[in-house]
Amino acid sequence: MEYTIWILLLPVLSFLLLALAGMKMSHRVSGLIGTVVLGAVAVLSYMAAFDYFSLPRQADGTYATLIPWNAEWLPFTGSLHIDMGVLLDPISVMMLVVITTVSFMVHIYSFGYMKGERGFQRYYAFLSLFTFSMLGLVVATNIFQMYVFWELVGVSSYLLIGFYYTKPEAIAASKKAFIVTRFADLGFLIGILIYGFYVGTFSFTPTETGLMQGAMMLPLALGLMFVGGAGKSAMFPLHIWLPDAMEGPTPVSALIHAATMVVAGVYQVARMFPLYIAYAPDTLHIVAYVGAFTAFYAASVACVQSDIKRVLAFSTISQIGFMMVALGVCTGAPSHEGGLGYMASMFHLFTHAMFKALLFLGAGCIIHAVHSNEMSTMGGLRKYMPVTHITFLIACLAISGIPPFSGFFSKDEILTACFAFSPVMGWIMTLIAGMTAFYMFRLYYGIFWGRENKELHAAHVPHESPLSMTFPLMVLAAITCVAGFIPFGHFVTGDGLSYDIHLDAGVATTSCVVAVVAIALATFMYARSEQPVADALARRFPKLHRAAYRRFYMDEAWLFVTKRIIFRCVSRPLAWFDRHVVDGFMNFLAWGANATGEEVQPMQSGRIQSYVMWFMAGIIVLTLMLLLCM
Amino acid sequence: MEINVICYLLVGAVMLFAGVYGFFTRRNLLATLISVELMLNAANINFAAFNRYLFPGALEGHFFTLFGIAVSAAETAVGIAIMINVYRNVRNIQTDDISELKG
Repeated sequence: MEYTIWILLLPVLSFLLLALAGMKMSHRVSGLIGTVVLGAVAVLSYMAAFDYFSLPRQADGTYATLIPWNAEWLPFTGSLHIDMGVLLDPISVMMLVVITTVSFMVHIYSFGYMKGERGFQRYYAFLSLFTFSMLGLVVATNIFQMYVFWELVGVSSYLLIGFYYTKPEAIAASKKAFIVTRFADLGFLIGILIYGFYVGTFSFTPTETGLMQGAMMLPLALGLMFVGGAGKSAMFPLHIWLPDAMEGPTPVSALIHAATMVVAGVYQVARMFPLYIAYAPDTLHIVAYVGAFTAFYAASVACVQSDIKRVLAFSTISQIGFMMVALGVCTGAPSHEGGLGYMASMFHLFTHAMFKALLFLGAGCIIHAVHSNEMSTMGGLRKYMPVTHITFLIACLAISGIPPFSGFFSKDEILTACFAFSPVMGWIMTLIAGMTAFYMFRLYYGIFWGRENKELHAAHVPHESPLSMTFPLMVLAAITCVAGFIPFGHFVTGDGLSYDIHLDAGVATTSCVVAVVAIALATFMYARSEQPVADALARRFPKLHRAAYRRFYMDEAWLFVTKRIIFRCVSRPLAWFDRHVVDGFMNFLAWGANATGEEVQPMQSGRIQSYVMWFMAGIIVLTLMLLLCM
Repeated sequence: MEINVICYLLVGAVMLFAGVYGFFTRRNLLATLISVELMLNAANINFAAFNRYLFPGALEGHFFTLFGIAVSAAETAVGIAIMINVYRNVRNIQTDDISELKG
């Protein structure tokens, strides 16, 4: 399967071509190059997935981990070296399929969405760069390669959020995203270094002796790595960058901030999962608690936002919280059933990538039609945009967990895993699943039904998007309809053994009932043009409503921490020390050299006789010294 | 008649200090060049004298003398060329007037 290296090389070649020669091309040509290359990469990934899963299972019933390509990049010691390579195992192959599918759809979609936009070639170049980095991240053969590509996705995310670089909000958002994730990545880096130091390797599968040495430090190392993962995956309290990242073009939000990059943290935990389960089960449960709190927090904020992309952003945060919870509730004993959450998390990652990309792309169509993100400019759009309406509805049903759409199956597995862990966790997650259904249908009704903004729509009639934009919607909707029936447990499980997904009747019924009740509530509150209940609730609890609308003041809290505490108490003394002590010493050296030069300079008079005088004086002194010392 | 080595060394010393004195006191470039030549030749005399009296069978001292003469000839050629150029530019070869090249 050596051809898998081309999955990495093709996007980077297309990036170089578009970045270096893009300005000489027309929009159409550069877009076509990017899209065709991505199509080829997608085909290669499907081939790789097909080939990989049709290989015979090993004797112990797991799929073999293949490394079709590997090169030693930076050797440190005999055992400690950084490699670059391609690693194929069930989750990396699954991620290859997810990334290339969504990326390909986004490439097609962007043809319509970004049409005539300034910097079209640059946009496609960055998309290629991002796809390359993300693919490199998932096929990483070791934790350090993962880290390198991890930073690369951060950079491409920064570049794409700040794509409209004339807009101050976009600049601020891109900086915020970069700084917050970079700050979190500091934890990741320290974790990697601790891991490398104590275990003696950067590989995902250390040797027995290495594990013996490092077992004490593994919980700390994995916890620090999770800090990096939490930053990338927007876990509370590092989530603040993701809602702002919606300033980027909508297809970018679909690709990076919904389907692929933000699940890198989940992927990272899944990648280190065997170590977590064997050496740091407590750290793994911390992951679950962080995920559960984030899921709840984000769901409650999503219930009151008015910007449709913000709602989707918080919904993404909440769903990633679900995936983290699913990973975190895994237990080592019994290893097969205890690993259900792992399978559920990966399954949810897969289905969520599809329907969340669909939601974002649908939101892009709506924004394209009404030229605004605010729900108040929408309402009643179902008449104008039938394709967007139907596909959006499918995605909403999927995320709410209504059978037979894909989200139902994956969320049901997550809830089953949670109930197996502890009933409290199970009920909390069921409640959050209900909130998900509620805010998604609030969004759906707010856009397609509800109070129509007639004046605005009369001035500018909303229209259905061109085929290049609706085609990806239909493809993703089709995937959303059938993805639930994929026998996912046969491919990806915690211990690698095949697992038959069977619905737990109790859990499935409960979650369905909760979802239906939540949808009914949303219908009751938001479907009509008058919304007395919602308005009354907002009036009844003004403080709560306002706090939720302002995201419970998390941004303000961070600003307080950074500006008032870190800047004032840490940065300012450091700056003073730097300016006065460090710089002062350097200035003193420079001043000393300068003054010496000033003093010595008159000796160079240009008069030969005075030079000779000094010369002779020197000779006499030397002679005297020789005579005296002899 | 055997001449004592002291006599050669005396001549050499007198020439050397005459050269040094001339170098200090004369302000004319040509005169300073001559002084330098005096010092060089004082060294040459010492070479020849010591070779003759200490190692009569060897020739290295004499070769060094010849070598020194060749070097001083080359040096004189360069020195006079410089002087001619200085004269063309400043119309004068007094050392006091050519302190322009200081740092």
